[in-house]
Amino acid sequence: MNPAPSVILFTVASGAGFGMLAMLGAGMPSPTGWAAFLLFSLAYLLAVGGLAASAFHLANPKNAVKAFSQWRSSWLSREAILAIAALLVSAVNAFSSVFFETVLPVFGWVGSLLSIGTVLATGMIYAQLRAVPRWNSPLTPALFLAASLSAGALLTGQPIFAVFGLLMYAALQLAVWVHGDEAFPRSGSTSSTATGIEAEHVSLFEAPHTGSNYLLKEMVFRIGRKHASRLRVIALSAAIAIPLIILFISTSLPALFLAGIVHLCGMVVARWLFFAEAEHVVGLYYGRNA
Amino acid sequence: MTDLPQNTGQKLGLVIDLDTCVGCHACVVACKGWNTENYGAPLSDQDPYGADPSGTFLNRVHSFEAYFDDAPAQIIHFPRSCLHCEDAPCVTVCPTGASYKREEDGIVLVNEADCMGCGLCAWACPYGAREMDAKAGVMKKCTLCVDRIYNENLQEVDRVPACVRTCPAGARHFGDLGDPESDVSKLVSERGGVDLMPEQQTRPVNKYLPPRPKDSKAVMHGDSQLEPVATEATGLIAWVDRMLEKLP
Repeated sequence: MNPAPSVILFTVASGAGFGMLAMLGAGMPSPTGWAAFLLFSLAYLLAVGGLAASAFHLANPKNAVKAFSQWRSSWLSREAILAIAALLVSAVNAFSSVFFETVLPVFGWVGSLLSIGTVLATGMIYAQLRAVPRWNSPLTPALFLAASLSAGALLTGQPIFAVFGLLMYAALQLAVWVHGDEAFPRSGSTSSTATGIEAEHVSLFEAPHTGSNYLLKEMVFRIGRKHASRLRVIALSAAIAIPLIILFISTSLPALFLAGIVHLCGMVVARWLFFAEAEHVVGLYYGRNA
Repeated sequence: MTDLPQNTGQKLGLVIDLDTCVGCHACVVACKGWNTENYGAPLSDQDPYGADPSGTFLNRVHSFEAYFDDAPAQIIHFPRSCLHCEDAPCVTVCPTGASYKREEDGIVLVNEADCMGCGLCAWACPYGAREMDAKAGVMKKCTLCVDRIYNENLQEVDRVPACVRTCPAGARHFGDLGDPESDVSKLVSERGGVDLMPEQQTRPVNKYLPPRPKDSKAVMHGDSQLEPVATEATGLIAWVDRMLEKLP
């Protein structure tokens, strides 16, 4: 799949933002006054900035408001609704914490759960796609949630939760790679099932067009494979290992913040791989046998 | 709502005969010609006469080669377009309600006035049936020529999809696949029509008729046909053979 920068930025930034809101809402920590102002501002900047980035990949953004209508069947619609709900409910607690120095735990907790729901919905958008076997797994939303809470814990200064989150994320990320590398063959889709031709060997003889098209640009992206293993090491180091080492050395706020920044840089690489490595079965029609 | 209808009255769709398709791409051209000036936004081209042309098509013809253990290899032309699936994953993922499957005849359509161009439906489709138009920014797909098949301004013979009407080989058939007595349903049962990628659980309405069995290798290269008819040369050939042997 095409690793569009807007979608990578959206999922990483909004994941971190909603992770922060989930932590702050659950009272870990429950700041008031200026501390609350800084933490909630950062959380909203990341979450809303991510949502804004996602609007850049729409080809026809004037209809974006209609995305709130199809919650009954569409995970993308559910994500949009949950995101707005999480931002609004958390805002009540944020406003009260900043300006009245009063934490409102009910709004906090509901906002926290809605934030977690938003991240899970983001993961489900990818997990539901049977046409992308690598994503089509319950591990996908779990991976998104672990990444989101890790970033949230680092940026809100919760060292114990951050270590726990990073270890969870590491385990899930490794599981996703092990599971994902075998997912396409396991899906059973081959050039033979794609064309309905039963033969010992079926392969593309001539493509329908000599140039590119939307399908090839969007779904048959292949650059990721060449450096995939190197990038996996970089992603694991930056997103998990270096932040853990920083936390081991110091759990001061600047150290946590630094660990958070390094983690987010690693997450950009990991998320880039998430898209670049994912094979769509439509590639079978273009001679890409996974 | 982008929920799928429980049951559609009719199941209109295509039956494509991979045995008869000659790979001429006439259906591709007829489809583009009709659909660029009718339902919804035109099917735009980018850099059409330049170095890197691309464009929106609702129907494309691939050519595959197939190797068999017991039969000679074959080239099989494979037209690919929307299969109007009963469990269409492109419809349920749509967040705006632009994608829908019609209850009366099962045709899967995009209401372009609602489409925000997120492209998720194209990701959800295993068959590459949806292409985002780069000019209009909305998703385009096969409409089964919904503006032809019910169009009373056209002669009756023309009230079929443009690809079916134009196919010079008679490889494309249009009809109600929900009616077991329809010509297309009979054709599917006679010829063993198949679903594409059944493991994707989309329950396609369109069916593909696999190529009929061709000559086997045993018939073509059987030992009896290739036995040498003479082992010893005689006459003029034998003399030429002896003379050539004598040359240094």
